[in-house]
Amino acid sequence: MARFIAILVGLFFGVILLWSFGVGLYTWATEEHETTAEHVFYEHPRDAKLPSAGVFGTFDVQQLQRGYKVYKEVCAACHALRHVAFRDLAQLGYSEAQVKAEAATWQVPGVDPNTGEAASRPGLATDYFPSPYPNDIAARAANNNAVPPDLSLITKARHDGSNYVYSLITGYQDQPAALLAQFPDAKTPNGLHYNPYFPNLNIAMAPPLTSDGQVTFDDGSSSTVASMSRDVAAFLTWAAEPTLAKRHQAGWPVVLFLIIASILAYLAYQNVWRNQKH
Amino acid sequence: MSFPWAQQYQPKSGFTRWIDEKLPLPRLVYNAVGAGYPVPRNLNYFWNFGVLAGFCLVLQIITGVVLAMHYAPNALVAFDSVEHIMRDVNWGWMLRYAHANGASFFFVVIYIHIFRGLFFSSYKAPREMIWLLGVVIFLLMMATAFMGYVLPWGQMSFWGAKVITGLFSAIPLVGEPLQIWLLGGFAPDNAALNRFFSLHFMMPFIIAGVVILHIWALHIPGSSNPTGVEIKDESDTIPFHPYYTAKDGFGLAVFLVLYTSFVFFLPNYLGHPDNYIPANPLSTPAHIVPEWYFWPFYAILRAFTQDFLFLPAKLMGVIAMFAAILVWFFLPWLDKSPVRSGLYRPLFRKFFWFGLIPTMGVLFYCGGAPAEEPYVMLSQIAALYYFAHFLIVLPIVSIIEKPKPLPHSITDAVLNHRTGADDAVPLSTTGERPTDSRPGPDDAGLYRPAGA
Repeated sequence: MARFIAILVGLFFGVILLWSFGVGLYTWATEEHETTAEHVFYEHPRDAKLPSAGVFGTFDVQQLQRGYKVYKEVCAACHALRHVAFRDLAQLGYSEAQVKAEAATWQVPGVDPNTGEAASRPGLATDYFPSPYPNDIAARAANNNAVPPDLSLITKARHDGSNYVYSLITGYQDQPAALLAQFPDAKTPNGLHYNPYFPNLNIAMAPPLTSDGQVTFDDGSSSTVASMSRDVAAFLTWAAEPTLAKRHQAGWPVVLFLIIASILAYLAYQNVWRNQKH
Repeated sequence: MSFPWAQQYQPKSGFTRWIDEKLPLPRLVYNAVGAGYPVPRNLNYFWNFGVLAGFCLVLQIITGVVLAMHYAPNALVAFDSVEHIMRDVNWGWMLRYAHANGASFFFVVIYIHIFRGLFFSSYKAPREMIWLLGVVIFLLMMATAFMGYVLPWGQMSFWGAKVITGLFSAIPLVGEPLQIWLLGGFAPDNAALNRFFSLHFMMPFIIAGVVILHIWALHIPGSSNPTGVEIKDESDTIPFHPYYTAKDGFGLAVFLVLYTSFVFFLPNYLGHPDNYIPANPLSTPAHIVPEWYFWPFYAILRAFTQDFLFLPAKLMGVIAMFAAILVWFFLPWLDKSPVRSGLYRPLFRKFFWFGLIPTMGVLFYCGGAPAEEPYVMLSQIAALYYFAHFLIVLPIVSIIEKPKPLPHSITDAVLNHRTGADDAVPLSTTGERPTDSRPGPDDAGLYRPAGA
């Protein structure tokens, strides 16, 4: 009886699924399959070859310092970094005095000690990076109705994030003629910029790094658009996960220990079972 | 509760004798997972996964309790408190990655455990209660994992919560008020986050309670084994300790190698990048997908695209998604084949390896893919087979199938290396199991003729 009911229930589900399948197949077979410009022209991020990539990945402190300078002089005009504090910059190889001095070059929201009114004051090491806009409405007003995302987790909040940041910054180009020939309606709207690494191909952000030498690096490294992009991608990778290098360093002893433990456990298992048939 | 030849606990010192008289806890452990529990000697590595699942539960509770010391279940600060754990709490990043990947590995282990049970028919008499409790544990795990994924309050947390609680709105008449009541509002917000945190903290302890029942029920008939033949005498068994503690120790070490590789080197591989974007009710992600371990059931939910008579498609999808798991409750009464092990069931084995397993693979893939063709059609075919497998194929196969001859006993199978079944020497020409002169107490269910 149980099996008879089961077969009826199974047939009931089967009929509904076949009905859904049939309608879906008919629709799929009869309607035209329109492809989209994103589908054809979207490109996956290129490998930025960052030292933090891979299971041995670690941070290059010099590169992080260069990337920080790019962030400070270019990105910070529009993008916040709210999960990172100035004290974290010590991990970039700066001394305590340098961190304090660096923090003081930023203005952070504060309170006037005499009147209690909102004011700004130089940053302290314990402060977090300030947002360039007081709120999202101000951010929209200043950026053609787009809110520049916070960058402190950007490399984890996008697929293949570190390479994505690098590819996006270096990926600005004119819209290909082939695209307009195939999709005449997909012309990049005014105020947006064509970028094949952005999921819908048209990004509100203007090209941030446009000329070589835009940022002067303190260590004398050459600053091409590609190298600045790579350095800022490295910095944002650090900002998204400052513990990444420590994680990789801690992981190897753990995994190697466990591999040895597995071998020993296997030998122990064989030893215990040596006189047992199984 | 156990076999007559089971070793008895002997307190060795005055102190353990004193404890044994007042509260025989060491005796309980000895009988449960010590030398006092006789286990079939022929268990293969698939029998490691019960212990591994128990380990995962303990691991999740320990990491979870510590994380809860630093996490703030408030919609305003939840996301930031997770980042605080990642950046400012000592080894907080390791705790959080261990917990998040621990959930994934818990499901890996539990899926292998469940499908081992399906292949070797561990749900059959006399082990129905173990199986039923196991399905309850799986349902509780799914609820716990779902609520845990909401806690970081990222985009996928928020939209996942919205989609899954939205399923309740498919229920006729009471659906909408029920959804609002469950969420404590019209959309997931602080009220929902708070109750999800409370429930996420509490439910693992309920799971632990059901796990104790699961193990208790296991110790009444004893463990099953790859031949599916019941234990007959002492030579069929060996004590759990030291034999299976040693084997489980090896299994645990290998498991930890894989698990820690993910924790330290691929901690975000099994997650979704969108969950590193703070929850935003005004911005819908391009593709809302649950965690990977829900993908097969998510595919079944989305496979129902057409209204059918008075049943809206959405309601049908919700019913089917729950039915996909509830059907497991009925397996002991649907599969009436007198043979347990898939190794001795040629027809069942074909349907298992070439039907059910590929079906699960397709459903898994389609559940993670966007809801567009051809994935929807693929998942419709796969869902069709999924239900047909349990509701139609299993009952019919158990009637028409001619099983291979079973070994006399576990010892016989071990001595003659017959666990492989393919090279089994026929023990009788009729294909019936030969009569045994030593009927065991638990054999009644096994030797019932097919179709009874």
